[in-house]
Amino acid sequence: MKKLSRIYISLVLMFLYAPIFVLIVFSFNTTKSRSVMSGFTFDWYQKLFQNELIMMSLRNTLIIAVIASLSATILGTAAAIGISSMRKFPKMVIINITNIPIINPEIVTGVSLMLLFVFFAARMNLEFGFVTLLIAHITFNVPYVILNVMPKIRQMDPHLYEAAQDLGCNSVQAFFKVVLPEILPGVISGLLMSFTFSLDDFVVSYFTSGSTSQTLPITIYSMTRRKVSPEINALSTIIFAVVVIVLIVKNVIENRPVKPFLKAKEEGR
Amino acid sequence: MKKLFAVIAALMIIGGIFCSCKNTSENAPEADAEEEIEYQTLSVDDEEYYSKFKDKGISINVYNWGEYISDGADEGTLDVNAEFTKLTGITVNYSTYATNEELYAKLKGGGSSYDIIIPSDYMISRMIKENMLKPLDFKNIPNFKYIKDTFVNPLYDQKNEYSVPYMWGTVGIIYDKTLIDENDIDWNILWNEDYADRILMFDNPRDAFAIAEIMLGYSINTENPEELEKAAEKLKEQKKVVQAYVMDEIFDKMGAGEALIAPYYAGDAITLMDEYEDLAFAVPKSGTNLFVDAMCIPSGSKQKEAAEMYINFMCEPDIAYATTTYVGYSTPNTAAYDMLDDEIKNDGISYPDDEYLKENTTVFYNLSDEANQKMQDLWTDMKSSQYEAKNVWLVPAFMLICVAVSIVILIRRHIKNKKDIF
Repeated sequence: MKKLSRIYISLVLMFLYAPIFVLIVFSFNTTKSRSVMSGFTFDWYQKLFQNELIMMSLRNTLIIAVIASLSATILGTAAAIGISSMRKFPKMVIINITNIPIINPEIVTGVSLMLLFVFFAARMNLEFGFVTLLIAHITFNVPYVILNVMPKIRQMDPHLYEAAQDLGCNSVQAFFKVVLPEILPGVISGLLMSFTFSLDDFVVSYFTSGSTSQTLPITIYSMTRRKVSPEINALSTIIFAVVVIVLIVKNVIENRPVKPFLKAKEEGR
Repeated sequence: MKKLFAVIAALMIIGGIFCSCKNTSENAPEADAEEEIEYQTLSVDDEEYYSKFKDKGISINVYNWGEYISDGADEGTLDVNAEFTKLTGITVNYSTYATNEELYAKLKGGGSSYDIIIPSDYMISRMIKENMLKPLDFKNIPNFKYIKDTFVNPLYDQKNEYSVPYMWGTVGIIYDKTLIDENDIDWNILWNEDYADRILMFDNPRDAFAIAEIMLGYSINTENPEELEKAAEKLKEQKKVVQAYVMDEIFDKMGAGEALIAPYYAGDAITLMDEYEDLAFAVPKSGTNLFVDAMCIPSGSKQKEAAEMYINFMCEPDIAYATTTYVGYSTPNTAAYDMLDDEIKNDGISYPDDEYLKENTTVFYNLSDEANQKMQDLWTDMKSSQYEAKNVWLVPAFMLICVAVSIVILIRRHIKNKKDIF
């Protein structure tokens, strides 16, 4: 029995990681082939950093992801706090409305945003590019932040805020000193989630990007007319490695034994 | 289990070391060769012409195919856009697309403004018809004189008002020269049952229909429904010998030796032949499609004169040479052609002789909506028509097994839980 479930779990893991493993292996291939391994080289990594278009797109992608996820987090957290203090019926309505973009197919979001921007472009001399891309990314990120922050607010004791005010905080202090630390895990996971979403978004970016800024997924897609170069493998390998390192660091920090710290505190007392 | 992983990991590390050792020893002579790289320098005909917009802070938006310009990534080559900025002071915002249809959708969608686009032949004729392009002022493009006569006044732009050719190529057949004789190469080899299941075919209707239409002696731009139906019939016949309908998977399938024959574009065939010695490329004697990608200015452009300057710059012999060597497609620029190695000029792949080009090749132009629709319908019908592939059951069977295994596990767990209760 135990053997069987082990085989099962290794099968699952294999399906999840085999493609990434293949991708990593072929980023070291000397030729452009994606099926025959003919030697080991770091050339593609070197070429990658010299490819200006890819580097430009990577920069665009990172800038947009950072700005979009930060703004979406601020907007979403504020919205979540506002929603939580509503009465029951309007609360339900608003929550469902903010959830629709999540269920909605991305392509609908993309096309409708494009139509909206075209509508305004004709009237306000707006050009597709960085701004439209950023607005689009913030738009599809906000619901995810709300989704992550809401449960934390629900878990929080509603009287904490009042208690803080009783003890002399004004409302701004009460928010930053009591409410925010309490919901911080939700805010951070919302931030991370929206960051990853805007990092790998293709569909919405495809419809809303313009002539002056292009994100990485679009650049990679446009390379498929001719053969996709292993530079892309190299880039994906780097991204994968970065993600793995971040995850490991995060886990190490979270699982660090807390006890010595507490003991030190007690002794200090 | 753990031991197994350890062994695999160890093997991989050893393999890695071995590979890299081998590699360093192989690299030694190459390192010497690298020092002799010839750095290409740029000289232009008329520097004054390019100084017109200097210090005006102008920028142009260029929308090109992915991987379709020399970007200076290889040592010694020119970074075309950077050189243009250096020479003229005009900033280039460069972005890329993957298909003509994507370009068309982007322009039709509105909102974004591009100053230079590089559509293919049939898309140009469609855009001209829909008033999406601006007529060019050839006074501003003196380098048009370098364009070869064959490419002036093409079928898709008969008065040559809207486009300046950028790259061209032909469709031919890639084959394994160890098993197939060059003299046998013609379109009908793609129907040859001797090579059943080792043949690849285009996975787009326009290119696939063109092959069938050439074999049947029709024009590749035919809009006659009967001829289209006959061509579809022909493609249906071919279906039983075709291993797969693919586009750029051709590279891997041919490279790995899974397939022996495939039709593809000349420029890409060269890339493939550089890697695999057994492969060769030939243009069928009975004629083929000639494709041209040409530079145009869309009607929404706000910097027309700067865009014309860019087009002119792309026609500079040095630049055209850099682009054609990087991309591997053929150049319509006579001066750049003269700079090429004799080997490339004479191998008959990139540059078939003029007589053949004139007599046996045709460019696409845009079909009417009805003809396009008809072709699309026939294509879908052809591809979905019944056929008995051998491995169809494999994936569903595997999924069934997976489901069965998980059910067994669940049931056993359930039984075990029940037992535990008592």
